[in-house]
Amino acid sequence: MSTWMDIAALDDIPPRGARVIKTPLGCVALFRTHDDRLFALDDACPHKKGPLSEGIVHGHAVTCPLHNWVIDLETGQAQGNDHGRVNTWRARVEKGRVLLDVSRLAARSAA
Amino acid sequence: MARRLVIIGAGMASGRLLEELFDRQPGAWDITLFGAEPRGNYNRIMLSPVLAGEKQFDEIVTHDAHWYQGHGVTTRFAEPVVRIDRHAKRVISPGGVTEYDKLIVATGSASFRVPVPGKDLPGVIGFRDYDDVQAMLDAARRPGGNAVIIGGGLLGLEAAAALDAQGMKVTVLHLMGHLMERQLDEAAGYLLQRELESREITVICNAHTKAILGHDKVDAVLLEDGRVFDADLVVMAAGIRPETRLAIDAGLHVERGIIVDDQMQTSDPDIYALGECVEHDATVYGLVAPLYDMARVLAQVLTGQDAAFVPPAVSTKLKVTGVDLFSAGDFADGDGREDIVFRDPARGIYKRLVLQDNRIIGAVMYGDTADSSWFFAKLKTAEDISDIRDTLIFGPAWQGGTPADPLAAVAALPPEAEICGCNGICKGAIVSAIENGAHDIGAVRATTKASASCGSCAGLVEQLLALTLGDDFQAPAEAPVCGCTDLGHDDIRRLIRAKGLKTIPAVMQELGWKTSCGCHVCRPALNYYLICEYPLEYRDDAQSRFVNERNHANIQKDGTFSVMPRMWGGMTTPAQLRAIADAAEKYDVPAVKVTGGQRIDLLGVRREDLPAIWADLNRAGLVSGHAYAKGLRTVKTCVGTDFCRFGTQDSTGLGIRLEKILWGSWTPHKVKLAVSGCPRNCAEATCKDIGVICVDSGYEVSVAGAAGMELKETEPLAKVATEDEVIALTCAFVQLYRENARYLDRPHKWVARVGMDWVRKQVVDDADQRAALIERFETSQLVYRKDPWAAQAKPDMRREKWAPLADLTLEAAE
Ligand code: SRM
Ligand SMILES: Cc1cc2nc3c(=O)[nH]c(=O)nc-3n(C[C@H](O)[C@H](O)[C@H](O)COP(=O)(O)OP(=O)(O)OC[C@H]3O[C@@H](n4cnc5c(N)ncnc54)[C@H](O)[C@@H]3O)c2cc1C
Ligand code: SF4
Ligand code: FES
Repeated sequence: MSTWMDIAALDDIPPRGARVIKTPLGCVALFRTHDDRLFALDDACPHKKGPLSEGIVHGHAVTCPLHNWVIDLETGQAQGNDHGRVNTWRARVEKGRVLLDVSRLAARSAA
Repeated sequence: MARRLVIIGAGMASGRLLEELFDRQPGAWDITLFGAEPRGNYNRIMLSPVLAGEKQFDEIVTHDAHWYQGHGVTTRFAEPVVRIDRHAKRVISPGGVTEYDKLIVATGSASFRVPVPGKDLPGVIGFRDYDDVQAMLDAARRPGGNAVIIGGGLLGLEAAAALDAQGMKVTVLHLMGHLMERQLDEAAGYLLQRELESREITVICNAHTKAILGHDKVDAVLLEDGRVFDADLVVMAAGIRPETRLAIDAGLHVERGIIVDDQMQTSDPDIYALGECVEHDATVYGLVAPLYDMARVLAQVLTGQDAAFVPPAVSTKLKVTGVDLFSAGDFADGDGREDIVFRDPARGIYKRLVLQDNRIIGAVMYGDTADSSWFFAKLKTAEDISDIRDTLIFGPAWQGGTPADPLAAVAALPPEAEICGCNGICKGAIVSAIENGAHDIGAVRATTKASASCGSCAGLVEQLLALTLGDDFQAPAEAPVCGCTDLGHDDIRRLIRAKGLKTIPAVMQELGWKTSCGCHVCRPALNYYLICEYPLEYRDDAQSRFVNERNHANIQKDGTFSVMPRMWGGMTTPAQLRAIADAAEKYDVPAVKVTGGQRIDLLGVRREDLPAIWADLNRAGLVSGHAYAKGLRTVKTCVGTDFCRFGTQDSTGLGIRLEKILWGSWTPHKVKLAVSGCPRNCAEATCKDIGVICVDSGYEVSVAGAAGMELKETEPLAKVATEDEVIALTCAFVQLYRENARYLDRPHKWVARVGMDWVRKQVVDDADQRAALIERFETSQLVYRKDPWAAQAKPDMRREKWAPLADLTLEAAE
């Protein structure tokens, strides 16, 4: 079951940018792409934990600011020759508001 | 006896409902139609052509008195309903009380007035009904009047084009970064803006309206940034609000719109609603296609049939003569999407399809919308397109044509476009040289001098050879910048200049980018090239900057940052040292280090502390050291004549002067200088990008050294007698580097390509050229010679940008 939580206004996140939220399971980065889509991923690169929220967002991908791994925002998968995956969270935009599904967060932090 | 049906609102939705109803069951209902407007149903969407003078109002009337009479509809036009009395099942209007068995609310929406002072002044008009159109036409009658449109969406732009056609001087003020941002992406928004500007309509994006000025009527519109636009007429086209007041007063369930179920029934079983005033499944509509579906469903329901409203996919076209634009489907939300992009710079065409699970879910096209219905059909039927994916974007008529032509951008250049900047040679001259027999680059060089100097336009000359000679010539292309384009850095820089491209979307469209918005390789490069080319006009794009430049601090491996204030020429004072020490303690800085660049680095600062620590440092007079920038880093100095027994000149003072002139400038890669007081060279000047060695008779300036991944001694540029000459040479050299080097090439790499002789000629031998370079550098520095933190390290900037957006750890604890 999903539990949608209202986090902020979409406009609090710059287009082609990201903002971070703190959660019991660590920082989650909320990405807003050029076409106003929203993605939520752990803010830690599978390579050496670089803060993905600080990377350059292009198309539906982000380039890690530390060593330029490119991460697919849809799947969390590293692209090209790099291997690894970032955990993704369910997030959506509704009426200009950013909603995050916190059911897994709650379930996992309770466990 | 026929049951009594009362309809509030004679708009497009109720007009269609009546037709659907009479088609199914004429005479079943005794109908009374209320309309606030003094006229019956007409085709509201055609108000734009009426405003433009392309159509008369008569031509857009859909139902006339004769029709209502023929169908037995009692019309009560110019009579707004003021109240619904649900308990007595009647509506109240100026003409009295009217009872109903079933009631339909179809009140549409009203223009939204941006809540700024002056919004209700005479001369401020919405764009909703024929009265508005008449008021605008009245204003347009005064020759040469100014119209300001607030809102660059569909309505605003149709009004803009129409008023332009009526001879007004039109300015569009749009809050967002590009026009029609809900329907178009940046690329299509750029093309649309270009088209409107070619009609001399002024378009201002990112325009925040502060107030509408005037006493007894509008005079002007004032923006937050202080700009003022004269206005005889202001059109408010910043959005619409569902007209729900009657429904709210009557106690119906209303959110953004009147809540209806799949049968268009409101929370009162005897009241239905349809059109723009309703909200169905959390959606409010603003286009007619879904409203027509609602009308059909409601007609079925009223005649006792089973029916349910299913939200359709909607598409948008802009009804502006000469603009071909189409947008459809969903660009928001969902998983697993990909883009297919096609651009034809020469013909101003841009097409983009958004795919999910091998189905089209969104489409934007500009310039050529011939295939839009083909795409839209596939979108609506969710057809699997895997088999035709490779050629899909070329549309149904595709017959084995070739995809994107790498020569298209050059082909599109006009003959007068300058190709060789050094010698001022334009495309036309080169093409005619080729046509007259110069069939390789050497021959072109010999006949026209194009590419004979710095050589960085060689790529373009070769493309012109390929273009003119066809298959006979194979162009050895410069390596492309990245996978988003076929062009190399030099070509892009030259084309930006030749075509006067001023934004990233403009570059991507006109140079045929293969992706919708670039990548981490090309975007920072383009951002730099545009900053360099248009220092006064271009707005820096923070999202096209690498992390360090975006945050004005260097990121560390654990995600913290380093803070490095400037110490001009390596000099400091006890007060500055104390401020640094205080800051280090106050913000628990884990490491304080003296760098190799003669200053102090505070390492391990938390991101959210950056504005505060900089506010403290700024207060002590310390400014950013740009230790993160592709820009000026440090000017190292030695103690020089002030204290050293060997010093020949004031090396410290000169270093400080240089640093104060150069700081803040953006460059293709970082730039470091040093000034040594004598040839003992304690400041290590001979391995810098620019090094100055003081000698008895003056100064030896040398450039293009390296001491990083490569090691290389500087090469002499010139020997001069005065400090002022050193500064002139330095500024000219830096500007030449800024204007010509490829992004991420240090000066030594660039000089290796263009040759020291060429550099010396521009900077030393040619006094006019030197003066021009210095002047352009100064112009740019008017904007950039400043501390980036001065604007950012303010209390109100802190929370907004630097802190986390939310803290769910607190929620969990509660
Ligand atoms: C702090 C400092 C080392 C120190 O503790 O002294 C330093 C630290 C870094 N250097 Fe450096 N360099 C520092 C002086 C140098 C010098 C010596 C100098 O400036 O006199 C060099 C050789 C000269 C040169 O510039 O080539 C130097 C050559 C490099 C290079 C190689 C550049 C090249 O073109 O080959 C890089 C990598 C790059 O820029 O791509 C680099 C990159 C870096 C980065 C930015 C690595 C990174 O990307 O995160 C380090 C960031 C530290 C931080 O977060 O603050 N650093 N670096 C020095 C800061 C000087 C200053 O006050 O601004
Ligand atoms: C200039 C313009 C161009 C447009 N272009 C397009 C286009 O290209 N494509 C597209 O799909 N859509 C377009 N639209 C939108 C389209 O016109 C609307 O979606 C459509 O008209 C909505 O129909 P409606 O019946 O819900 O509301 P309306 O057509 O607005 O009708 C509502 C009527 O109810 C009346 N009313 C309100 N309150 C009361 C009351 N208390 N008592 C009595 N009467 C009342 C209003 O005066 C109005 O006449 C355009 C709109 C405008 C203004
Ligand atoms: S030498 Fe290498 S490790 Fe040391 S600061 Fe420079 S980049 Fe970092
Ligand atoms: S930590 Fe992300 S690429 Fe190295």
